[in-house]
Amino acid sequence: MGNLFKIAVRNLFRYKRRTLLTVSLIAIGVIFVLGYISISGSFKNMMIGQITDSSLGHLQVHRKGFLASIETLPLNMNLKPQAVKKLEGILSQQAEVEAYSPRIKFGGMFSNFVETSSIRLNGIYPEKEFKAVPLLTSRILNGSKTLNRGEILIPELLSRGMKVKEGDQIVIVATNQDGSVNGKQFKVAGILESATGPGGRDGYVHIEDAREVLRMGEMEISEVAIRIKDFGKVDAFNRKLDGLLSREVNKEGKPTFEVHGWQQLSPFYNITRMIDMMTIFIQLMLISVVLISIMNVMIMAVYERIREIGTIAAIGTLPGKILSMFVMEGFCLGGLGVVIGDIMGTIIIYILNFTGLVTFDFGRQKGIVLLPTIAPMDVLIISAIVIFVSVLASLQPAFKASRMEPIKALRHV
Amino acid sequence: MGLIVAENISKDYQVVATKVSKDYRTGEVVVRALRDVSFTIEPASFVSFVGPSGSGKTTLLNLVGCLDKPTEGKLTVVGTDVLKLDRHESAQFRGDNLGFIFQDFNLIPVLTVFENIEYPLIIVKNTAAGERRKRVMAVLEAVGMVDQKDKYPDQISGGQKQRVAVARALVSDPNLVLADEPTANLDSKTAYTIIELMKKMRNERKTTFIFSTHDQKIVGEAEIIYSLADGELVDKQVKGGKQNG
Repeated sequence: MGNLFKIAVRNLFRYKRRTLLTVSLIAIGVIFVLGYISISGSFKNMMIGQITDSSLGHLQVHRKGFLASIETLPLNMNLKPQAVKKLEGILSQQAEVEAYSPRIKFGGMFSNFVETSSIRLNGIYPEKEFKAVPLLTSRILNGSKTLNRGEILIPELLSRGMKVKEGDQIVIVATNQDGSVNGKQFKVAGILESATGPGGRDGYVHIEDAREVLRMGEMEISEVAIRIKDFGKVDAFNRKLDGLLSREVNKEGKPTFEVHGWQQLSPFYNITRMIDMMTIFIQLMLISVVLISIMNVMIMAVYERIREIGTIAAIGTLPGKILSMFVMEGFCLGGLGVVIGDIMGTIIIYILNFTGLVTFDFGRQKGIVLLPTIAPMDVLIISAIVIFVSVLASLQPAFKASRMEPIKALRHV
Repeated sequence: MGLIVAENISKDYQVVATKVSKDYRTGEVVVRALRDVSFTIEPASFVSFVGPSGSGKTTLLNLVGCLDKPTEGKLTVVGTDVLKLDRHESAQFRGDNLGFIFQDFNLIPVLTVFENIEYPLIIVKNTAAGERRKRVMAVLEAVGMVDQKDKYPDQISGGQKQRVAVARALVSDPNLVLADEPTANLDSKTAYTIIELMKKMRNERKTTFIFSTHDQKIVGEAEIIYSLADGELVDKQVKGGKQNG
């Protein structure tokens, strides 16, 4: 094997310019693919992080049917205290769960005593909510990073439109479950920066205040947002929790709960799928570049060395060994391109990460700095694909070389 | 019909050809390159096939070298009926029993002199590294190329290249070395040197050498000379006597 490798490398250096061009082409392809994967992957992860950590949570549990009617925020589809107790009991036993936060979601009217506007609100236990969606506190632009009874966090757009600032008094009026209307005065504790995704422009009040406004006898919950310790295990935990909760049924024997991952809750999931699909297309382009360039080089190599093939066949080199020699050349070409591409690609990604040169705007969020990173597994996968395709591309010319009749090859001029 | 009919075939013969014919087809035209050629070659012989261009020398050497197969007749090389060998077995047989010296030297340009000679031992024979080095150095010394061993083929002269080719052919200790016009690309002085080298190797190693040539000056160096004309064996000369059936 070592000798085949030595001969292959020497043969590649025989045609230095051609080898250099092919290796450069492969290396550039690898650099672009690694760059694309790192930037798009970092963008994807950052956006998912923004969405889940700002308002959504990794998973949410609702009463069955609530999500289908979430636009109207129906109060009659809340989880009853007994169901919430059961749910909290189950969640507290799960090692994967880092935090969870029960919420009452409701719509209401927001008045600054001069003007009135509509608002969507979340009644929360602040300490639980800040753990389940840790970026929420960082979204508070002005005011305190806490939320006490009688206080409200309002979205930035509403603050601007209604000319309300922290410390101001406002009134929230909401329709209760029985159809009556109730109102309560709040002090604006802070202004919330808008976040991408569902719930990104909602306001927040203490859950006890929400219960008071909605005149709930017992504490009912619209949803429970869950944060798990390892984001990579969201799908697995979703399935596990779904299995655990499916045992809980109502009087009609139908499931009480339904679990949704962030993918089902945020339209951004479709963008992530599109990014993944584009990554596949970029990889296909790389495969095409490698396939065509290596096949071209190897066909040329076989054509130029027909007499040499005749010689080595005449002195007893077995056809399989001749095939191996040419496949090894293809492998070395691809391998060299991969090594150079991997090293340069990683250095470029490191520089982009270190300098923070890549910025972008997303919706109302301006100048988001991307810190591209690449997982070693991604580098390995790309490298393996390129090397596999290199070997594949050299198979046909190598097979042709191995099948040559030595006598014809020796006569070739 | 060839002049010499091989009878009483014995395993002692390195080559036994019986009524060997070879046809080549070019489109609809069939050309008979060899016609009912029969001969035997004994071990440690120094044999030359001579004749003008197109007489069938190269075709005959290709058949003996298992690079091609006769259309008719029987051919036994080193006790093996070569007609029964498939492509893979032929390659294996060549690697195990034969050495080749080519008119154009056919050295591998990316390998040094040492590596060119070492090549059959690595790729064909799979010989251990220590043994390889010992054998390569022995043949390098025998052909007088030790001081050139690290040079590449494009750094040495034609005569030196052919010495390397001789060394490569001998390094795996074959029963038979086939040399097709080994001196055609060399000047007279170098050609004699190469023939002398081949003869010396035959004497030292008892290897059978068969070469083809149309160079009258070196024909006389062979101990047995078979003459070919229009695909037929027309004469056999043995040093010190002549046999022409």
